[in-house]
Amino acid sequence: MKDFAYAVPATLARAAALWREAPDASRFLAGGTDLLGMMKDFVIQPARVISLAAIPELRGIREEDGALVIGAMTPLGDVIASPLVRARCPALVQAAAGIKSPQLRNMATLGGDLLQRPRCWYFRRGFGLLGMKDGKSLVLDGEDRFHAILGNAGPAKFASPSSIAPALVAAGAELLVWNGEGTRRMAALDLYRTPEREEESEFSLAGGEILVAVRLPAARPASATCEVRQRKSLDWPVAAASACLDLENGRVAGARLVLGQVAPVPWLVDVTSLLAGKPLDEEGAKAAAEAALKDATPLAGNGYKVQVAEVAARRALLAAAGKAG
Amino acid sequence: MRELNKGWPKLDEATHLGKRTPRIDAADKVTGRAKYTQDVNLDSMLHAKFTLCPHGRARVQSVDASAAQALDGVVLARAIVGEGEELEHAGREVAVVAAESEEIAREAAQLVRVEYEVLEHNVADASPDLAGEWAREQRGRDQGDVDAGFAAADVVVEGRYGAPIVTHCCLEPHGSVVEFVDEEHVNTWVSTQRISSQDEDLAGELGIQPENVRAVCQHMGGGFGSKFQFDVWDRECARIAEETGRPVKAMLDRDHELMVAGSRPSAYADVRVGVKKDGTITAWESRSWGSGGAGGGSSPRLPYVFDKVPQRRTHVSIRTNTGASRPWRAPMSPQSCLITMAALDDAAAALDLDPLDFFLKNLPFTERPEVYEEELLIAARLMDWRGRFIPRAAQQGAVRRGLGLSLHTWGGYGHDSNCSTTIRGDGAVTVSCGTQDLGTGSHTVLAVVTAETLGLPVAAIDVRIGDSLLPPSGGSGGSTTVGGISSAARDAALDALRQLLARAAPELNAAPEECRAQGGRVFVAAAPERSLGWTEACGLIGPEALSGSGRTDPELMADGVGGAQMAEVEVDVETGVVAMKKLVAVQDCGTVVDLTTAESQVYGACIMGISSALFEERVMDPTTGACLNPNMAFYRLAGIGDVGEIVVHLMQTEAHHARGVIGIGEPPVISPIAAISNAVANAAGVRVPYAPFTPRAVLTALGKGRGR
Repeated sequence: MKDFAYAVPATLARAAALWREAPDASRFLAGGTDLLGMMKDFVIQPARVISLAAIPELRGIREEDGALVIGAMTPLGDVIASPLVRARCPALVQAAAGIKSPQLRNMATLGGDLLQRPRCWYFRRGFGLLGMKDGKSLVLDGEDRFHAILGNAGPAKFASPSSIAPALVAAGAELLVWNGEGTRRMAALDLYRTPEREEESEFSLAGGEILVAVRLPAARPASATCEVRQRKSLDWPVAAASACLDLENGRVAGARLVLGQVAPVPWLVDVTSLLAGKPLDEEGAKAAAEAALKDATPLAGNGYKVQVAEVAARRALLAAAGKAG
Repeated sequence: MRELNKGWPKLDEATHLGKRTPRIDAADKVTGRAKYTQDVNLDSMLHAKFTLCPHGRARVQSVDASAAQALDGVVLARAIVGEGEELEHAGREVAVVAAESEEIAREAAQLVRVEYEVLEHNVADASPDLAGEWAREQRGRDQGDVDAGFAAADVVVEGRYGAPIVTHCCLEPHGSVVEFVDEEHVNTWVSTQRISSQDEDLAGELGIQPENVRAVCQHMGGGFGSKFQFDVWDRECARIAEETGRPVKAMLDRDHELMVAGSRPSAYADVRVGVKKDGTITAWESRSWGSGGAGGGSSPRLPYVFDKVPQRRTHVSIRTNTGASRPWRAPMSPQSCLITMAALDDAAAALDLDPLDFFLKNLPFTERPEVYEEELLIAARLMDWRGRFIPRAAQQGAVRRGLGLSLHTWGGYGHDSNCSTTIRGDGAVTVSCGTQDLGTGSHTVLAVVTAETLGLPVAAIDVRIGDSLLPPSGGSGGSTTVGGISSAARDAALDALRQLLARAAPELNAAPEECRAQGGRVFVAAAPERSLGWTEACGLIGPEALSGSGRTDPELMADGVGGAQMAEVEVDVETGVVAMKKLVAVQDCGTVVDLTTAESQVYGACIMGISSALFEERVMDPTTGACLNPNMAFYRLAGIGDVGEIVVHLMQTEAHHARGVIGIGEPPVISPIAAISNAVANAAGVRVPYAPFTPRAVLTALGKGRGR
């Protein structure tokens, strides 16, 4: 790890000011479970690390006007343990609980999970976010087994790594972002973008912006997350799906399905038209899952992920409806 | 004095031998008192790290270490390869840096600028179609009348099977610490499987006398065959210590460890098996291929265990630009076992026979049919095979259950070892042996044997190992340690005991050969009431301790074990996820010294086998030749939730006990991949050709998923 300066500001304003002093050389630190590993591997070598741990408004879970606001620095373990979150968004609790390491759940934060970097092994071995060498994609010519099967027509072949983003996007969550002067709101999905060039980010935050909190809306749809992981112990999902169903008298009024780990961004599919007006059953879930994957464009070695994602989608929908997958 | 029984006591007469003694160093390990090489930190110690070649194959054009040297805290930075030198794989050490802290050394190693001429490389080994300079056909082998065998077959079953390169992934990485005491005397702490000869290598490197080198390895975090060599990091550690006059620690980082510090060769094969309708095997033909790195690789032993079958085999050795293979716990055997047992299991399935019946029927083709039959039947009972076996492809639903079995064999004859046992006037007993404990239980074995022989509690024995100043002992490879050290310890303890009885006998008005030591007392065998307490007897020794010396004793050891394993898995045929439910391991190893640590060896082997069956694979990038997963997030090992229930049954009858001590470290790691492969095939209804049995491998075999 390269030597670095370490700052622990107590306010958002101070954190933003510190960042502005050396924008290109600074990184914000949340739980550190991702950033520190990349620093140790010399993938990222910031000269200054700005911890967000001492800023009070970034922590805690509270109800506000019917909505539930969860501070970005709230550890995932606290999210899982919260009766408020559990009552409102089971899909989020299930997604966070899928991180099968108490150490990670205790250290990793809600915001850190949303903003973790892709696990593309070319990126993690120092070949850049797009994994290019001499103008060619190392992924396409190489080991693509965990890469994207959707939204991968451009140079970005990595898969969105966040465990909890699909659940938040499906739940219609908003993000509160400090931009140095005030707080702006954005839809959770809008945090993510697909970079077209190596120097572009996979996040839409402007430099120095800080994710403050996640806001879950007042509505309480039925929801569930299904992750397909190979290991029972700590393992990243091969593919995952979160589903939120608006149910009226047992019939589907709205249905949002979000796939994780399959595209450079969380992959939202509105399956309402397929499911509306009927109780959700095996047949409907199957049709919706197939529809979600019908435009998949797997790479040479990851066609199996289409199958896995389809199963995850079907099982998540059925679980959200309270039916065994 | 011949009367003291030199042989092992019978099973029902032993106090400690073959019973359960908890690992005597367990408390030290769980409290952190046990110090590993990684834990050695000396005053003013420097840390060494290496600059590694990023290319699959390259020629070094120039190395410029000036930027590294200029970093604050760096003491030394220099090239360790010459200009023009060809490097055969990514991860090869190009330069070394020594600094005041590990972090500074790591940062400096990144600052060394190396110009390379990048050369063509190959990292692919899974296909038999590689040709040209990368592939080398080895001489084939025929045994028996193969053509007649196939002509006599009712059915010929064909299949492709194999396992990729995996790493040893020792939890304690390779490395050493070197300290000059003065110009001629050196201490080294090193994570090694052969402490007794480590002093010679280091002395040779430094041009000093071996007796002036003290090498220490009290505890070790695994070696599995990869820690025999005096490696480049050991060499550089010593040189830097000599040049700087400061202690130096050179422990590998995980990526370095996984790229260069040991791997198991891959092995794949196309197999044809001829069988009669009744299940009798008539012929075997295999064409195998695989790689162990730039040197190619050795061929698997095919067919494995059933080696009396008429057979024809050929092998193609493939050179890959990957870190060289090192012996991996039962070298080539897990791969050979997988290929053989999977092919035979497919033959049984083609004939619609229960594999248990099929394997039992063909045991005459093995060296030890009676042992395998006994072990298979015990395993079948522990697995409830007869009650639970369902033929292939006879299940519906997403999650399907499967059973599979496998047989294996190993030698395990003890190596040459020396041992000394001292008894002091206050009754204290010390056993000393220049062996090492890889985590296998060597400490405990020495204590159990010595306590048994002297009639004392295990806790009364002070064990000293892991030091080149102690009586020399062999390297820990080939499952040779337990036979070597247990027989040497028995010999040494008996020697010491004879001397003690010679002092005590006059006090008991008996001849020494009439006396015995048992239950903490020394007594006349024919009149046990004529006795002395242990301390009382030792009081007769005087100020100078008694010292007994011992050597490995062939009469206390034996060679050759069998073993049968059965696996139960659940396969989700929609996601391809395989879950271990149960692994039954039935194992013989002659005389069991300590039942608890012997069983632990089998448990550990099963876990390691499960891990390489389901998860492990070193992934290389075809374009750059770089290793893509040299860390513990991407190089996946089984976690505690992934191993399922493991049932270990050691064959501990008087007949097995009477054979003598045989090593057990390797045999039980051989079968898990094969048994699991067969269980997966039984559950999924199709053979998944290559380990690891990941969702991708399983779904591809099932023809599910889209694209190529």
